[in-house]
Amino acid sequence: MTEEAEDVLAIAGRWVAEGETVALATVVETWGSSPRPPGSRLAITASGRLAGSVSGGCIEGAVADVAREVMATGVPQLLSFGVTNECAWEVGLACGGTVTVFVEKLA
Amino acid sequence: MRRALFEALQAERAAKRPVLLATRLADGAQALIADSGVHGDAVPEAIVAAAHQALRDDAARVVEHAGERWFLHPHNPPLRLIIVGAVHIAQGLATMAPPLGFAVTVIDPRRFFATAERFPGVTLDDRWPDEAMAALAPDRRSAVVTLTHDPKLDDPALDAALRTEAFYIGALGSRRTHAARLARLAALGHAPETLARIRGPVGLAIEAVTAAEIALAILAEIVGVRRGAALVARPLAEAAA
Repeated sequence: MTEEAEDVLAIAGRWVAEGETVALATVVETWGSSPRPPGSRLAITASGRLAGSVSGGCIEGAVADVAREVMATGVPQLLSFGVTNECAWEVGLACGGTVTVFVEKLA
Repeated sequence: MRRALFEALQAERAAKRPVLLATRLADGAQALIADSGVHGDAVPEAIVAAAHQALRDDAARVVEHAGERWFLHPHNPPLRLIIVGAVHIAQGLATMAPPLGFAVTVIDPRRFFATAERFPGVTLDDRWPDEAMAALAPDRRSAVVTLTHDPKLDDPALDAALRTEAFYIGALGSRRTHAARLARLAALGHAPETLARIRGPVGLAIEAVTAAEIALAILAEIVGVRRGAALVARPLAEAAA
């Protein structure tokens, strides 16, 4: 697993303590040259705060949309994304990849 | 993730105990798996066994069992970097290593060097290296680097490190210094293949000059060894020379 300078879980815990509604998105599977390995996390609040990442920035917006839904319903979702060549190029990759992300509410 | 489970996960991490979060991807059923047992939702035995393997491998993965897919997410304690010698290069290492995921301890019984002013926020250990190393007990998630140039300090640390599973052992010093050091360690009973674990001269060959550059070279080599990079492979003959 990767070690992260930014402790996403600790930040998420602080946000919860502040009264925020928080969702966690976690990379569970990757194929091809996905930018972030399994276990990479993104924490997001209903108010729009972000910590960590699940890609090089390609899919965070789409994950955030789903996270809002998950925060409202409390029901986790499993998402699959193809990382486009164009976006993969932006994060320094020569070819695309696919990534599966699990999104859950921190209840 | 339920609050109670989240808090239990954070408590295990704070206590620096290995713990794994298992999630059934179909419905989000979750449990923590640790040496102490399974806490949370029911988890099949096969998944518990796979979880312990994932913790040993330190790799997050999806495992399928009885038609159900589980995400196994290990949370191991931080990597450790144990530095012997509170010298200038150690200051660079202590600054650069934490963002790379290492908890740093600097061993130096010489109080003149090992001061909080020179190492703000760093764990300092003023015991003699043999004693400190016995207490710190490096494991296979630990790197050990000796920097003092003083055989009285470096040798006992290396002698101890070679008896552990530390994934990286490096010793500062020229080729000549290193050859003399290996001869002394051999006299302590270490076999050539054991001595070949010591990386000396330490660090990737990037023509480092300043203390910070040498620290960078050492950390680059540590990351390379941990990740199995071809760049850090050394011929055994050279390593043992």
